Amino acid sequence: MLKRSDYLTKHYGTPDSWTVAFYEREGGYGAARKALAMSRDALVDEVKKAHIRGRGGAGFDCGTKMSFMPKEVKKPHYLVVNADEGEPGTFKDRSIMEMNPHALVEGCIIGCHAIGAQTAYIYVRDELHLSKARLNRAIEEARAKGYLGARAFGSFGPVDVHVHTGAGAYICGEETALLNSLEGRRGEPRIKPPFPAQSGAFGCPTTVNNVETISILPTALTVGGDAFSRLSDLHGLNDGGTRIFGVSGHVKKPGLYECAVGLTLRELIYDLGGGVLDDRNILGVIPGGSSCPVHLPDEVVNLPNDPRFAPYDGKSILDLPLGVDTFRAAGSMLGTCCAIVLSDAVDPVLALQNLMKFYRHESCGQCTPCREGCGWIERILDKIVAGTGTIEELDRISDIADDITGNTICAFGDGAAQPALAFVKRYRKNFEDYVKTGGKSQTGRLTV
Amino acid sequence: MPFALNEDRERELAKIISRYPNKMAACIPALHLCQDANEGWVSPEVIAFVAEKLGLSAAHVKGVVTFYSLFNETPPGKHQVWVCRTLSCALRGSGDLIHHCEKRLGIHVGETTKDGKVTLRTAECLAACGTAPVMQVDKTYHENLTEESVDRILDGLLSGS
Repeated sequence: MLKRSDYLTKHYGTPDSWTVAFYEREGGYGAARKALAMSRDALVDEVKKAHIRGRGGAGFDCGTKMSFMPKEVKKPHYLVVNADEGEPGTFKDRSIMEMNPHALVEGCIIGCHAIGAQTAYIYVRDELHLSKARLNRAIEEARAKGYLGARAFGSFGPVDVHVHTGAGAYICGEETALLNSLEGRRGEPRIKPPFPAQSGAFGCPTTVNNVETISILPTALTVGGDAFSRLSDLHGLNDGGTRIFGVSGHVKKPGLYECAVGLTLRELIYDLGGGVLDDRNILGVIPGGSSCPVHLPDEVVNLPNDPRFAPYDGKSILDLPLGVDTFRAAGSMLGTCCAIVLSDAVDPVLALQNLMKFYRHESCGQCTPCREGCGWIERILDKIVAGTGTIEELDRISDIADDITGNTICAFGDGAAQPALAFVKRYRKNFEDYVKTGGKSQTGRLTV
Repeated sequence: MPFALNEDRERELAKIISRYPNKMAACIPALHLCQDANEGWVSPEVIAFVAEKLGLSAAHVKGVVTFYSLFNETPPGKHQVWVCRTLSCALRGSGDLIHHCEKRLGIHVGETTKDGKVTLRTAECLAACGTAPVMQVDKTYHENLTEESVDRILDGLLSGS
């Protein structure tokens, strides 16, 4: 159900919203004081009650992840914030860092205390120069106020936050690739186990969280863990609170909309996004970043065997509340909650070709199925678009994607295979038309 | 000639190194610092400098440089332009804008204008999908682009000294 909120986005567009003076006028840093006065265990319990599902795409529960960190601090613990936002369609974290950077810095103080860390690194992709400048300024301001440093708030232990810069590699959004990159290496994902909570940054216990996940911590503590969770329509599914939804592509009002968890795609596209450009019909929707499968607008959710999802069985995918478990149960993926809308002016073959060029370019090259498979699919698509592809090659796209899935060190491979499988399955006719007639009945374009 | 940093940048490098438990972690920020001080590219001399400063092998530093797309191994133009080509921008017309830039600049993607002023590239998702189409010029984003606004931006780059 559509319920707007404005915990993170209230002052977007207001001059100086990124300064400490502005943030404190709005009650900023009160939650960090409260958190530091709590025991580590009590703080983690409070975060668990908030049911904050990771906002970076995997949807893991934030408090539970915190609880994986060793109780006893034998080596330094690290909090690492993943600000390598670059999943096509996703543009929410950048807005927080640019317009509300102190929420992230305060979240880092809270997060550090919850996991026994004294240092947080925010890994920002290099392109986001304004984000880095605003964060560095926010960190300096917090240090000058004594909120960071050897004695946080004058009476607590040491805590500090640093900005670390990437250098152009989507794969560094994968948490272990990010850790390698933080350590000054090539951003190639690591084999798990060991998991970061056992051996992460610099061989020490580490928690990696998304920007939005950490930035909402001050709100969750101010509102209260349980009360925050109950803001969500999906509180009963342990998917709590509010989050920033995004919509891009062919809608009249693309942008970011902060709402209670449980919003539907229909509400996001029509009520918030203003409907489809030129009042066209929807060809497809990618719910949360390009690695999620594309859905047809008339797809019906089939969830007959699980009482938790009974209210949604038989509904349109557009009316399924956007939750981690609801979308997983429906055979999809929530991802980052930033949807891409394709109108019926779009040629889906060209859309997949566009996405596969991205995955081929960004595959780190470590695992053969992903390195070779992404390029192979791209070359087949190039042939199909040129009108020289065959039906055997079209079928091979799904075979290659199946062979990438589950056969790589990290989830990038699955993320690259997913769109290929979904597009070919759902728009099979359009692909076949290219093979049979050179795409004569297709629109041949991506724009309205 | 061996590469060196001026005093201010040396201090900046020392500050960067102090943020981490070991020197290797400073590799990427150090390369950015040196690239900015070396007309936008990482020369073999820069690699030798960073390797020596951080106690790494030149092979390690070279491995890092070649992995990341934002380290230039050859000198770029005075200004670098990246037009996002990924899906959300493409749905909003970035394909036509890329062609428009090529025509306006008289070069193809990946090339630099003859006067050395502008290098044109495409970018993979710049995380600004809600304000597509988008391009990055040096360290600044330009959003909600139209052919007219792109012309104004490119003209500014070409006419600048």
